[in-house]
Amino acid sequence: MITTSGLTKVYRSRGREVTALDGVDLHVREGEVFGVIGQSGAGKSSLIRCVNLLERPTSGTVTVAGRDLTALTGRGPRAGKELRQARSRIGMVFQHFNLLSSRTVQDNVELPLEILGRSGKERSCRALELLDLVGLADKAGAYPAQLSGGQKQRVGIARALAGDPKVLLSDEATSALDPETTRSILQLLRDLNRQLGLTVLLITHEMDVVKSVCDSAALMEKGRIVESGTVSELLATPGSELAAALFPVSGDASGDDRTVVDVTFHGEAATQTVVSQLSRTYNIDISILGAAMDTVGGRQVGRMRIELPGPYEENVVPIGFLREQGLQIDVLGPEPALVQGGAK
Amino acid sequence: MTWTDWPAMQPLLSEACWDTLYMVGWSTLIAVVGGLPLGVLLVLTDRGGLLQSVVANKVIGQVVNVARSMPFIILMVALMSFTRTVTGTTIGREAAIVPLAIGAIPFFARLVETAVREVDGGLVEAVQAMGGNTWTVVRKVLVPEALPSLISSATTTVVALIGYSAMAGTVGAGGLGDIAIRYGYQRFETQLMWITVGILAVVISLIQFAGDYAARALHRRGGGSGAAPRLRLLRDRTLAAETATAGTVAAETATAGTVADETAADVSKVA
Ligand SMILES: Nc1ncnc2c1ncn2[C@@H]1O[C@H](COP(=O)(O)OP(=O)(O)OP(=O)(O)O)[C@@H](O)[C@H]1O
Ligand SMILES: [Mg+2]
Repeated sequence: MITTSGLTKVYRSRGREVTALDGVDLHVREGEVFGVIGQSGAGKSSLIRCVNLLERPTSGTVTVAGRDLTALTGRGPRAGKELRQARSRIGMVFQHFNLLSSRTVQDNVELPLEILGRSGKERSCRALELLDLVGLADKAGAYPAQLSGGQKQRVGIARALAGDPKVLLSDEATSALDPETTRSILQLLRDLNRQLGLTVLLITHEMDVVKSVCDSAALMEKGRIVESGTVSELLATPGSELAAALFPVSGDASGDDRTVVDVTFHGEAATQTVVSQLSRTYNIDISILGAAMDTVGGRQVGRMRIELPGPYEENVVPIGFLREQGLQIDVLGPEPALVQGGAK
Repeated sequence: MTWTDWPAMQPLLSEACWDTLYMVGWSTLIAVVGGLPLGVLLVLTDRGGLLQSVVANKVIGQVVNVARSMPFIILMVALMSFTRTVTGTTIGREAAIVPLAIGAIPFFARLVETAVREVDGGLVEAVQAMGGNTWTVVRKVLVPEALPSLISSATTTVVALIGYSAMAGTVGAGGLGDIAIRYGYQRFETQLMWITVGILAVVISLIQFAGDYAARALHRRGGGSGAAPRLRLLRDRTLAAETATAGTVAAETATAGTVADETAADVSKVA
């Protein structure tokens, strides 16, 4: 649905050059919620602003819904008619809501429809319908200043949906909100994604956001995408930084001569009592150093850090047993990769 | 003249009142119609603006600066032949409207520029993301969002124009300022002069009050998007209070206020 290839953005200001995007290849599939995460200054905002060409890429192409937007730009800095039309099919939600304080909630939602040239009656019907969808039907006549942050963002979302977009872009839409409100806004985005088949590209710096709503995610660093894939793919990738950040488990070995293993459960396996089985079968004492269980991308995933007595060499068989159960095993510490491969 | 001459004074004063209102009304209208687009253009053509154009920005800015730096009385003389082409005469209140309006256009334009610059860039971006063009941005965002400040700017312009219109009296345009000069200064009829000053003070206070009220009402509806406009209103309010209590000082204070506004606009230009 959204594809960028070789996307580069270089900002030039007063002779200095900042490379915000350095050859970004991103692929967002239709109907998925895609999260981009990364440190401040990694280029996340630059990326999302390049998707609807609010920021003109220095090089590379952006394709949204099969249309090459970079080909629609005129020569001057102003957006031509075709690009503006394409933009009206891409909704955008902002961190600071960006609602017009001079307009009521309903009039704010009607604004994109005014730009599209819809009639007054059609506009108000659609606006009220959307306000109902985001749960603010009773606030149609209020001014943005009279709303809470979460309510403002709901209006922002309703406004972004007014033009019937297939794609929704969201740059840190929940960063200005408290955790409770964040959850409800994310839930709303998720529902809209399911109900309307909306493709959502969202930028965030909170791992929780990715965990609770994203199907896929990408990690950005210094203008590049260093990891990307569906959340389950990422979790199944040994050594994935994103996976470790999404699902942190902590706990240190209680002494030398111990083997520490991270066990990741997916779906069904999570309900099995693997650890007690392991303990019974091999008659070893297993201590649990840390564990977490969560729903990631709609699937139940658990991670557990366990400690087996003895060095790795003595534990090859029990670890092999765990692998046989369909669990993902990451052995921590000085285990050579070769040994890990041979243990299978 | 004394108080017993009221029947003689009254028609003189009411005619002068109408002359002032006529001149100020029309020149304000022209100043708003001309200054609003100019001020908006100053923002749009500036670096990073939607219609970025260094040349256009420099040219408009320079024209505005020159017109702003011209003392009104000189502007009036300098514009005489132009006034004659437009109105067919160089005396009378119609003739006074031309230099008044031309003097007020750049004044108002700078105030508009400052007000429009205050509008959050995120709103412009939001409308662009919806597919809006520059005209949509101006119509749906810049002007409506800056409206409270624009009303304050218009109020300041009206008050300044009342001051200038007194000088217009020197080209036989009539008006309250003219009476104050002719009777008070040239004929030493101080009583009539004080009455005129009193009327001017009351008129200015009323205008300031109405402007503040409208701006504040709109601003409150918008919930107050920043501290700057509120501070500004606060200052204007103290100004209005002074005007109401001390009649003579009022006109001076008002002028001082506008001068302060002018400097503020210039400072922001430099920055
Ligand atoms: N308009 C601009 N002019 C010059 N440099 C810019 C501009 N916008 C962004 N940059 C630079 O580009 C780099 C990437 O910025 P960007 O806003 O995309 O980061 P980000 O990942 O969104 O960060 P954050 O999480 O803080 O929002 C930064 O180094 C920033 O300084
Ligand atoms: Mg950002």
